[in-house]
Amino acid sequence: MKRLAVWCVALVLSGLPAAAQSGGELRFCLRSEPKTFNPLAADDDASGAVRYLTGGVLVRVNRITQKAQPELATEWKVSESGKRISFKLRDGLRYSDGTPFSADDVAYTMQQLMDPALHSSTGDAFRSGEGAVSTRVISPTAIEINFPAPVANLANLFDTVAIVSSKSPLKEMAALGPFYVAEHKPGSYILLKRNPGYWKKDASGRPLPYVDAVRLDIEQNPDIEALRYRRGEIHLINTVSPAVFEKLSEENAALVRDAGTSTDTEQIWFNQVPGAPIPAYKQAWFSSTAFRRAVSEAINRNDLARIVYHGHATAAIGIVPASNKFWFNSELKPHPYDTGSALRRLQQEGFRLDNGTLRDKTGNAVEFSIITNAGSRTRESMAAMIQEDLKKIGIKVNVVPLDFNSLLERINQTHDYEACLLGFVNGDLDPNSVMTVWLSSGDEHAWNPKQKSPATAWEAEIDKMMRGQASALDERKRKEYWDKVQRIAWEHEPFIFLVNKDTLVAISPSVKNAQPSILPPQAYWNIEELALAH
Amino acid sequence: MKALRIAAVVLLLATGVAAFGARWIAPAGYEQQFRDEPAAAPSAHHPLGTDELGRDRLARLLYGMRVSLALAPLAALLTTSLAALLGGVAGCFGGWTERSCMFLADFFLSVPWLFLLITVRAALPLNISPEASAAVTFLLLGLLGWAASARVVCAGAKNLMRSDFVWNARAAGFAGFKLVRLHLLPNLRGTLLAQFWISIPVFIIAEANLGALGLGVSEPLPSLGSLLREMQNMVMLRPEPWRFVPILVLVLIVTSFQVLLRKQEVRI
Repeated sequence: MKRLAVWCVALVLSGLPAAAQSGGELRFCLRSEPKTFNPLAADDDASGAVRYLTGGVLVRVNRITQKAQPELATEWKVSESGKRISFKLRDGLRYSDGTPFSADDVAYTMQQLMDPALHSSTGDAFRSGEGAVSTRVISPTAIEINFPAPVANLANLFDTVAIVSSKSPLKEMAALGPFYVAEHKPGSYILLKRNPGYWKKDASGRPLPYVDAVRLDIEQNPDIEALRYRRGEIHLINTVSPAVFEKLSEENAALVRDAGTSTDTEQIWFNQVPGAPIPAYKQAWFSSTAFRRAVSEAINRNDLARIVYHGHATAAIGIVPASNKFWFNSELKPHPYDTGSALRRLQQEGFRLDNGTLRDKTGNAVEFSIITNAGSRTRESMAAMIQEDLKKIGIKVNVVPLDFNSLLERINQTHDYEACLLGFVNGDLDPNSVMTVWLSSGDEHAWNPKQKSPATAWEAEIDKMMRGQASALDERKRKEYWDKVQRIAWEHEPFIFLVNKDTLVAISPSVKNAQPSILPPQAYWNIEELALAH
Repeated sequence: MKALRIAAVVLLLATGVAAFGARWIAPAGYEQQFRDEPAAAPSAHHPLGTDELGRDRLARLLYGMRVSLALAPLAALLTTSLAALLGGVAGCFGGWTERSCMFLADFFLSVPWLFLLITVRAALPLNISPEASAAVTFLLLGLLGWAASARVVCAGAKNLMRSDFVWNARAAGFAGFKLVRLHLLPNLRGTLLAQFWISIPVFIIAEANLGALGLGVSEPLPSLGSLLREMQNMVMLRPEPWRFVPILVLVLIVTSFQVLLRKQEVRI
């Protein structure tokens, strides 16, 4: 009878929602030490993770629906053609140290964020034009923020602005988010404890977050991180490599999850910088759209996805992957893998195959090097496969892995390279976040950055479209502009997009309510709702 | 003991033949990608399976041995020669010569070569062939690896200079190069050979580490080092013991050399 009672209790408990299993310490790893705990100055991934876990924001982009939802602000309104945003704030909220939250804190945060001395990349996103950003506190729960020029996607930009206290003696260490930094042992771990003043409650009225603490261990080596996960020492890995994913999956399929195609891209591009220290005949190849299209068609993207990513990637179509639900131009189709077509394009451009070696009009054998970052197994493998693919159309490729700083120096300063294989991490879905990539004057316009005037007609057209979408407020109009940019980029291929990798995460079955997303932080974006089964 | 030495000789000969006859023995080209069989287990077509890109592991091991077994001993020879020269001069002459040479050795030991090697890679042209990249890598290793060995040689030379037979030789009129050639070098041979054999596996592993900086043997050419680098991923290893073959081969080669070395030392 006693045993029956125990079974009944166990059965009832197992049927309870995850909220009943609150408490405990959730553990996972950061790949490096956070450079700062000031959420406004957070630039690196580790600092960004701490900001996400401790910071309170006005608006949060839901990582599943990809739509903005209220947080500290209950409602907001964008007006003055995108130059003003007004927020209505929640009343009666307090920071982790008990300091009350008000509109003055929002004004203080914006003032700190836009201070040029802070060099904040979060602040840079708001710099739409010359002039200062001003704030007007209407009441303790209402504020309007004015910008000198329209800012597209304005509300979503507040997803990364953690509101710091203007009055707390702890300054930026006072948290409005679900956790606060309780302990930090440099190089070893950061212990976050549940914010006693956190305002959110679940549907049944239970206070969130469910877990009492989050321990972030600093672990640079992803292999050791995977071993620790297997041993049960940590509860999740935010992103795992395809190889580790496969191995963990073979052991226990419940240990890992594929959240779907990410918004990140992997691409190669050719150096088209005038005056770069490369021979003129090579510059002529790299500037030729036909040459780039031919190289693109000679690369077997499906093989890259299948072999390098173990099937956890899809052949890339262009700048925007299909997983970016709203902004993807669905009229574009993948570039086919067709070596015959590639050779025809090259022949029309004056290239010829001579005993298995491709030669240009003047008889130069086509040979170039691809640089990539040393230590990235996936990129080194992709480069080796591209090397083999291009051999089929007579192109000799030399693969040169370089340490990351040398690589950046070559790309950004000396321009002493021929082709580069790298990727973009696109945490923000909006085209505004890639303005510096696509504007010909942009720093990150990798193939030919910081142009005084567009070098080609199609780059001038892209400039026009990018500026158009940045100043338009109507989302449909912006989409039209961005679709055209995608089309032009697809036709001219300044970036030869290779694959869109899947978001692979490892979440222990003991973590309840996990809903991995393709957007960062993939595994713990709903940290408040994560609970541990005991 | 004799059987062990015969086994070592046979193994080294077999390794040499296999490595330098890779063109005829290997079941496929080292760069050929069998894309339908990535990371395959051993089979009749691929006796050691295939790597992540579908390349035949046996072919890559044979060609990798060729690169490493040709270049690592050359680099070891260079480094041992430099160590013999500087360590020997320091030990024989003593005084400020010894202090200068040992200062140079200390300097070489204290410089963070890893960072300087990154600079060296940045200075190399990007379009060099994998073979040239391999040669440059081992040349650098040979030029930079002498310092620790030089200290050992210096200590050995100093001991010899204080020994009775050298005093006798000097009393009998032996000096300079003749003294070095007839009395010092033969007695330092064991030390130098030991430094030489120790350097080979060290350089093979160092080349693997340099690969992480982009300075090692570049794709698609394999080396023992680049094959060993695959084993960095501990999570991957457990169910696939055939991945250990490169390290097994390296251990067998080094052990065989050590067995023969011991015989040499006994003779000395």
